Amino acid sequence: MDIAEFLHMGGHGFYIWGSYGTALFLMVIEGIWVFKRRNKAKKELERMEADFARVDGQGVNG
Amino acid sequence: MSMTRRIPWMKYASASNFYPLADRLVPIFMGLALVLAVIGLYLGFVVAPIDYQQGNSYRIMFIHVPAAWMSMFIYLLLAMYAIISLVWRVKMADIMAYSLAPTGAMFTFIALLTGALWGRPTWGTYWIWDARLTSELLLLFLYLGYMGLYSAIPDRQRASRAAAFLAIVGAVNVPIIYFSVIWWNTLHQGSSFSFSEGASMTDAMLYALLLMALACWAYTIAVVLRRAQALILERKKVALWASQISKK
Repeated sequence: MDIAEFLHMGGHGFYIWGSYGTALFLMVIEGIWVFKRRNKAKKELERMEADFARVDGQGVNG
Repeated sequence: MSMTRRIPWMKYASASNFYPLADRLVPIFMGLALVLAVIGLYLGFVVAPIDYQQGNSYRIMFIHVPAAWMSMFIYLLLAMYAIISLVWRVKMADIMAYSLAPTGAMFTFIALLTGALWGRPTWGTYWIWDARLTSELLLLFLYLGYMGLYSAIPDRQRASRAAAFLAIVGAVNVPIIYFSVIWWNTLHQGSSFSFSEGASMTDAMLYALLLMALACWAYTIAVVLRRAQALILERKKVALWASQISKK
């Protein structure tokens, strides 16, 4: 079976690759999205904790 | 160590156990999803023969059916967590319910879209207001309604309770989707896959379908755990901020 024939899928290529293409696209995007969101939150929390610890250390709020 | 006294860690007791566990599980399930999907697609596209009635378009089934299953499973899980969160006020349950919703909505959308793309060459139409299709569309609106309601109410506790209530009431729709092809004379066919009667398809098709379903499960576990981690950190940030403000 050659590649062109495989992609053509007996005339159903648009429907089949449209289905799998969209599903793959959405899943990859969602995956990247949640990983980024977690990493961003992690970084921000760490920075916040460091900032507050420094402020406390200086006795500003004491 | 002063941090442990300042932040109300006890409130996040279950979250602090959950977080490192999720860190270990996410890469495992992401890898599993990838491997299962590759084998499943190989069986579905290379090994499984062409269907003598539908031609190749039936191969859409290997993503359509798992996505449709996931759309219903995830909703039931969401509703279960919503009950736990509403009745016992477990914070992690609320986080899990909220983390499941976007992935459930995505699978519902994939099920609807791939169904339309399969329907066009097979039924001659992208869409029909048949009981199965309409109730699945309603499921998408339930997911979107849950997320919308949650983010529309500024007070998080009230938002969580209202959204949980909506999710629980909406769960009635899941058995309607599932049994619609039996209860009504729908254009959508009944299940080609049955545990009691065996399957009306070849082994390669059956295994392709099951592997793709497992891949979708593994993907869902990985993504939902990651999102739950993000939510834990985001809420911890708010709590830390509040505790810092209150000291002044």
